[in-house]
Amino acid sequence: MSDAANAKSMSLIVTKGSLDWAYPPFILATTAASMGLEVSMFFTFYGLGLLKKDMDLEVTALGNPAMKMPMAGMHVGMPNIMAAMPGVGALATGMMKNMIEKKGVASIEELRETAIEAEVELIACQMTMDLFEFKKEDMIDGVPVAGAATYVENALKSDINLFI
Amino acid sequence: MVDQVLDTKGLNCPLPIIKAKKAIKSMATGQILQIDATDPGAVQDFEAFCRVTGNELLNSSEEGGVFSFEIKVTE
Repeated sequence: MSDAANAKSMSLIVTKGSLDWAYPPFILATTAASMGLEVSMFFTFYGLGLLKKDMDLEVTALGNPAMKMPMAGMHVGMPNIMAAMPGVGALATGMMKNMIEKKGVASIEELRETAIEAEVELIACQMTMDLFEFKKEDMIDGVPVAGAATYVENALKSDINLFI
Repeated sequence: MVDQVLDTKGLNCPLPIIKAKKAIKSMATGQILQIDATDPGAVQDFEAFCRVTGNELLNSSEEGGVFSFEIKVTE
C-alpha cells in the first residue's frame, strides 16, 4: 500500500485465469502499487484460480485467432482443428512459458508475490468459491473472501476501476 | 554522486519499475539511484513513474542499447 494517506487508488476485477490473461491485472497492480497507489484486486469466476496455492496456468490457441507466435522469422497462428488436438494446448503453454522466460518477462508467480509484498489487497469472490467448490485451504493464505458489495465499496473510492 | 546502481538489463515491463521502487524504498531522501535497462519502454515509463511518485528524474540517456536513468529520491 502507499506511503501517503491520501494516495490515489485502483481496483481491478479479475475474471480470467489463463496464462495470457493473468498478466494484465498483475502487471497493472504491481506497477500501480510501485507508483504509490492503493490497489485492490477482486478475483471472480475463472480469475479466482489465480489465488490458488498451485496455479496451473495454461494458454490455448483454440478460439484465439489473434494468438500468433513468433516462429522462424514469421508469426504463426494455429487453426482450431489443430489447436483442439490432444497435447497441443500443453505444447502452446510450454512455448509461451519459454518465450516469457527468454524475453525477461516476469512469471505470474513472481508478480503475485510482488503484489503481496506491496500490500495489494487480494480478495476472493465468495460466490465463485461456492460455485466451483474451491476450498479455503486451496487458496493462498490470508486472502479475504467477500462479495460484490465489497467490490462496489472499493470501486466507489477508487480513482481507477478496471474489469479484466 | 550516484548512491546505488540497479541493473535491470534483460528484464521486461514491469520489472524495471518494480525493482526501482524496491530500491527507492531502501534509500534515504536526497540519495540518487541509477537504473540501467534494456527495455526501450522504460524511457517513457520512468518519466511517468517520476511524475506520479514525485521522485526526480535527473537524467535519462542511452548508450549502445542500454538506457540509464538517474532518479533523486524525494519520497
